[in-house]
Order: sequence, then C-alpha cells, then structure tokens
Amino acid sequence: MIRLLDVTLSYQGRAGEVTALSQCSMNVEKGEFAAVVGPSGCGKSTLMKLVTGLIRPTKGKVEVDGEDVTGPVKIAGMAFQAANMLPWRTVLQNVMLPLEIVSPHRGRLSRDKAAYRERALNLLGVVGLRDFADRYPWEMSGGMQQRASLCRALIHEPALLMLDEPFAALDAFTREELWVVLRDLWQRLGFTVILVTHDLREAGFLADTIHVMSARPGHIVETRTVDFPRPRPLEVLYEPAFTDLVHSLRNKIAEVRQA
Amino acid sequence: MKMTAEDLTPVAFTLALFVLWELACVVFRIDSFILPAPTAIFSAMVQYWWPLLRNSFVTLWTTAVGFLLAVAFGIALGLVVGWSRAIYRGLYPVMIGFNSIPKVAVVPILIMWFGIGEIPAILTAFLISFFPIVVNVATGLATTEPELEDVLRALGASKFDIMRKVGIPRTGPYLFGALKVAITLAFVGSVVSETIGANAGLGHLMVQAGSNFQMPLVFAGLMALAIEGILMYAVFAALEKRMVSWAFRSSSSAAA
Repeated sequence: MIRLLDVTLSYQGRAGEVTALSQCSMNVEKGEFAAVVGPSGCGKSTLMKLVTGLIRPTKGKVEVDGEDVTGPVKIAGMAFQAANMLPWRTVLQNVMLPLEIVSPHRGRLSRDKAAYRERALNLLGVVGLRDFADRYPWEMSGGMQQRASLCRALIHEPALLMLDEPFAALDAFTREELWVVLRDLWQRLGFTVILVTHDLREAGFLADTIHVMSARPGHIVETRTVDFPRPRPLEVLYEPAFTDLVHSLRNKIAEVRQA
Repeated sequence: MKMTAEDLTPVAFTLALFVLWELACVVFRIDSFILPAPTAIFSAMVQYWWPLLRNSFVTLWTTAVGFLLAVAFGIALGLVVGWSRAIYRGLYPVMIGFNSIPKVAVVPILIMWFGIGEIPAILTAFLISFFPIVVNVATGLATTEPELEDVLRALGASKFDIMRKVGIPRTGPYLFGALKVAITLAFVGSVVSETIGANAGLGHLMVQAGSNFQMPLVFAGLMALAIEGILMYAVFAALEKRMVSWAFRSSSSAAA
C-alpha cells in the first residue's frame, strides 16, 4: 500500500544544506502494522511527512495505494507525542474535528449530526472515554488526552494511521495501557499503521514489521518481521523470544549510531 | 455574591492612598495650587459635577468610537498579516515605524484636516489603540502548533479551514488581552487630542481649568478619567472571562 523508492530529502537549514533521508526505501502492505525505530534525529518524523504528502521528496518516489504522492494524501489520520487537543472544544468536539474537514463527511455533518455523534461516542467508548465526552481536554490526564487524540485520528476511518511517538510523554503503566488500546483498535478496524517510536518494546509488542533506520542521513538498514501470534497479550513482553528481539534491535541501533 | 477579603483589598489600597495623600498635603503644607488634597479635589468634583459629567461623556463616546474602529480594523489587518508571511514581512516594518510616531505629533495634522472637534479625538484614539490589536491577533495566528496544522493538512484541510477551525479561535485570548491594553490607550489618545484642540471633553476641561488656575478641578478631571479607564477595563476583563474562559482554566493542560 505504501512504497518508498530511493527517497532522498534535503532542505536548506540554517547551517547549510541538511540531508534528512538518503536513498530510503520501504514497503508497507495494506493492513500491516509497521514500526520505524532508529537513533534520535535520524529523520523518522520526516518520513512521516513524506508518506502523508506534507512534504515532497527531493529525489525518488513515494507511492500510496499505487499512486504517486503529490500533495496531502487525505486518507491518513495522524497523532503525535503532544495530544494537541483544542482547549476551547470538548473532547467530543475535538474528536469530531476531522469530520468538519474531510470530504465527504464535511458536507454531511450537519444533516447526519446525530449519527456522527453516535459514531464518535462509540469510538470514545472503545478507548474508555465515553463518559468523558463532554469534558474539556485540560480537565483530563495526559493519557486520556492521548486516547482522545487517537480517536480524533481514527474518526474518519482513515485507511492509514500515522503515529509519531504518540506514547513517549506518558508514564510506563499508561503507555502499556495504551498499547493495548491501540492493538485492539487496529484489530477491530484493520487500518494500516506506521508507528515511529524510540521504544523498542513498543515496536515489538505492536508491529508486524520493524524497520530500523540509520543515523542521519537516514535510510532503512534492516527490516524485521515480528511473528508473535495475535492477539498478543501483554505477557508477550516477558517471553525470552521477545527479550531477544529487543536485545538484537538494540544492538543494531547501537551499531548504526557508531557508524 | 459574597465579598471576600480579596475583593476588598483594591478598595482598601485606594482609600489608604488617598489618606496618605491628604496627610502629606497637611503635614508638609503643600499649596493646593501645586498639589490639591483629595478633599479639595472631591469638593471640586461635587461643585462642578455637571461640566465634569458632560465632558466625561464626550470623552467616553469619542474614545469608544475610536476604539471600536481600532477593533474592527485591527482584527481585519491582524488576520491578513497573520495569514501570510510575505504580508507580515512587508507590512511589519511600516507598522513599527508608524507606531513609533508619537501620536501627539499627529494631532495638529488631524486638526488641520478635520478642524477642531470630535473627529481628531476619535482618530487619535483609533491610531493609538490600533497597533496592539493587530500585533496580538497576528501573533495568535502565527503561533498555531505546526503539528496540529499537519494533522489538519493531512486530512486535506485548506489554509482557510485551518484558520477557521484553529487559528481564529486560538487568537481569542490574545485579542482580549490586547483589548484591555487598547481601551486604556484609546483614552490617552482622545484626551491628548482634546488638550491640543477641542471644544469639549475632559482634556479640554482640564486645559481650561488649568489656565484659570483651578488646580482642584484639573485633578478632578484626572480622577474622572481614571474612573472611566477602570470601568472600561473592567468591562473588557469581564467580557474576556466570558468569551475565552478556556484560556484561564487550561493552565493545567498537559499539552503545552
């Protein structure tokens, strides 16, 4: 579904030309859960912007659904480390924001208000926030805001979910809770995911494939399939095979940081 | 509504200030021609209540009209400037330069153009209060979180969509902050213009009283101005609380 072919991206920084990605290639199948890990500053976030069409590659080609990406792809939902909720809207109104923008929903929203509202409430129910729909984001904890942010990314039923370290600012327990939330959402709705993360356990627990990026200028140095059976319980995290996976990923990253 | 100790502190401080002032005038035997004591000022306020009220009203309405013009043009220009970086860069130096001109220097020109009367006062109030509104609205727009913009752009949002859904609501707190500053500045503008050339208004009244050596009346005019300023400020502070309450309560928000 997503294909990057020898993508290079450079831009004019303050200290001359910066090459964020160099000859980066990668494939993600439809419905696949892909994770991208790598040392900090390796261009992971740039990769996200390329796939969603927010920026264009300097060289190479980005394809989504077999078509060249020439502008924002419009089938993507995104969530970032900061939940970025709008403080003047309730949680429900925040979650429904994409419906006011994405066609064809934006044209139908006022007509089918009740149905869309129900849909948003159901989605909030899945992440355990149904009772908080009328609260304001600043009345909630960081973990709850991040759940709402996931709902906002998914309300328009995007074919592609882009996550940029969405759980990095949360404490360890909340993070594990949200892994489970994301796992269940993905299994229920079947969208494609690209998850950018620093957390190797997070990548191992959630992903079908893990792409390891090199230091800047970034490219994919290794792609690894994770074949723990699904649905994965949190106990997977404590299996020796899982520890081995995390360990070898860690070594790989240590190696590319040196290089 | 119950009055708490906190509500009473401003009153207590004001009273204390007047008492100190009165004492200083008595103890140091300050001539009422130099600095009239508060009692003298209040008795002047009682004696000249009608001219004070009439001229206060003139100042109030010229200030209000100038201020409303500033709000309308300020918001419009702020949105334009915040919309485009090119316009921002092109216009900003001009605005800084314009704002650096002391408005006192412009008043004679305005009087030459429009004659003695209310119009120069309205325009001076407008000119002086316009700038903070533009700058704050533009700042509110320009500081939209880039990540949020990415979220919306990836959904296919146009620049106009982003402005409507995020940019404009988010300028609310900036705008109301600016309005509180701008309304007091507008008073400065209209009074400056009235002192230079007008037939009515508190500025005019104070100049006349000054040339008749009626110092208590001059100070009574100042007092009337201060009261008007506080009242208008309070109106906008209350409006702000109503319109952008989320900005006050979101200080505990995790998403900075």
